Amino acid sequence: MNNFLVPAFIFIFGALFIPLLRGRLKQGYVLLLPLLGLVNFLNIPIGTHFQVDFLHYQLILGEMDRLARIFGIIFHIVSFITILYILNFDNNTEYAAGFCYAGGALGVILAGDLITLFFFWEFLTVSSMFLILARKTRKSTQAAFRYTLIHAVGGLFLLAGIIIHSHETGSLVVSQIGLNGLGSYLIFIGFGVNCAWPLLHSWLVDAYPEATIGGAVFLSAFTTKTAVYALARTFPGETSLIWIGTAMAAFPIFYAVIENDLRRVLAYSLINQVGFMVVGIGIGTELAINGAVAHAFADIIFKGLLFMSVGAVMYRTGKVNATDLGGLYKYMPITCAFCIVGAASISAFPLFSAFISKSLVMSAAAHEGLWVTWFTLLFAAAGVFHHAGIKIPFFTFYGHEGDYGGEVKEAPKNMLAAMGISAFLCIFIGSAPGFLYDLLPYEVEYHPYSYDHVIAQLQLLFFSAMAFTLLLLSGIYPAEMRSLNVDADYIYRKGGKLAFFLLDRSLNSINAFVDRTVAKGMTARLSRFFSLGPGRLALAVIKSLWQMSGIGAVELVESEKRFLEKYKTANFSIGSTAIFALAIVLLFFIL
Amino acid sequence: MTSNKKHIWDERNNIKRLLKVFFTICVVLFAADLVVDKQTHMPWEEWPGFYAMYGLVACVVLVLVSKYILRPLMMRDENYYE
Repeated sequence: MNNFLVPAFIFIFGALFIPLLRGRLKQGYVLLLPLLGLVNFLNIPIGTHFQVDFLHYQLILGEMDRLARIFGIIFHIVSFITILYILNFDNNTEYAAGFCYAGGALGVILAGDLITLFFFWEFLTVSSMFLILARKTRKSTQAAFRYTLIHAVGGLFLLAGIIIHSHETGSLVVSQIGLNGLGSYLIFIGFGVNCAWPLLHSWLVDAYPEATIGGAVFLSAFTTKTAVYALARTFPGETSLIWIGTAMAAFPIFYAVIENDLRRVLAYSLINQVGFMVVGIGIGTELAINGAVAHAFADIIFKGLLFMSVGAVMYRTGKVNATDLGGLYKYMPITCAFCIVGAASISAFPLFSAFISKSLVMSAAAHEGLWVTWFTLLFAAAGVFHHAGIKIPFFTFYGHEGDYGGEVKEAPKNMLAAMGISAFLCIFIGSAPGFLYDLLPYEVEYHPYSYDHVIAQLQLLFFSAMAFTLLLLSGIYPAEMRSLNVDADYIYRKGGKLAFFLLDRSLNSINAFVDRTVAKGMTARLSRFFSLGPGRLALAVIKSLWQMSGIGAVELVESEKRFLEKYKTANFSIGSTAIFALAIVLLFFIL
Repeated sequence: MTSNKKHIWDERNNIKRLLKVFFTICVVLFAADLVVDKQTHMPWEEWPGFYAMYGLVACVVLVLVSKYILRPLMMRDENYYE
């Protein structure tokens, strides 16, 4: 008997009790759950655990190795931090969805077979949808709907891929798959949707900024990083990932410069950072995989911190657009300080976390002589400082003061505590890299703090800042505008409308035609035929009888009318019915 | 805190001072690059001030491309999809 539990189930079943609790008890419970989860998780030794027979497959719910362990650790830490951050909202949906979402992510990273992986993968997606829906606005509901549809398609790719792959190879083990055969390509794309690859990415920048304040913090941590984990597990060294990652690192920064919604700016920079991880996986050397994993670890914390600080501003001011914010350093100095720590971390300032993680990927690219990738990543590194490192703090806390209608309060204590822990971790990881390096999948022989590396990085950052300063002072820097920037979601948001229009026009016009001619026209005609047809036949016979009896023209018309009236209501005298019968018999004889 | 209170960046001189410090650091960093021993992977890393120039040029290009190419192509009204 194991003396530990399935980590995913602690979160998922633990979430069930949340609605039953109240007040401080609930707060204590939700804070304790991730801590208990972490203790349990650390207790699981390297190896294969929790094997369950299901139909004729063997499911493995606990495949623990160093890669799974580091992801599990950071997932527990960020769950605790985010739960602490959302305590003041006391929203059961957010708590429950958050735990289920994190539980799904834990399930994926410990899955030893593809069926288990798929189950938790979908569980993660469905739970995350509620973090968007919980905002309860029309926009968020629509975004959640699009988000779910895109992930449903991604999930189907993955499922089809798993089925074909298992038929092709007879194996469901979660290990190196590599691109060979249709199944592997479908799995690759299925992972790619969650990883927000270029053109598959727009769900992220569409939906994350529409989530609740806490929801966005949760979302920034799990979906993409779980996909990074899955890729590191199944497609390490896949060369195409280098190019995918390079594109991911580069293109979002252009959008981030002109985007007005600050949480959307962060969403773009999230894709940009995941790009570094994907490049690392694509290179596939020990150094590169270490870099990808270390950067995922660091990114979860500093990206969460940035989302938390912008969220705190949103909570206090109700505003999130750069056009409406500014000058908040006066009112929210602590949040401002934490935001700057997050900004310094994502920008890879020496002593902050990304400095010791991003450089692993850069070095790996340099070692392999991938100079196009190297130049692009360097460009992305400068660019991320520009938009996430400077733009976010500057337009939120400095610059022109927004109109807040009076005083703005500092963020609530629990939010400050959550941001404080994250800020501490950012600096701790950056200043004492040994702790993170010891957790990485492979042994690390890398020393980030050499004079030339520090000076090179500082030069890159300070001269990027100089560009910002000069452009801002000269008035060239693009003013923030209330606007929306078209991205790949154009394809399905406008394309969806076009498809709807075309289907509406083509199928519904057939529908309308059939309705007109068959449903309305044909039945009416048939009914007229059956109700009046025999009557007219009879009239044709009887008319000649009337004419023979020498009836006048006016009277003839009258009689015809009366006859048809009577026929419709079947209101005939016995004599006339006999005449019809005779007439019909005669008609038969004549014909 | 009240909104009437003078804050540190309300004072224009403070901003000027900050900029001076900032540009001084830039110059010092550029100079430091000339004396420090470099262990490089790529040949251009040895050029003096490579990272400084790259950072400066990259960000100017980034902003100009975003402003003059991407924005005119992609920017729409806030209610574009409504």
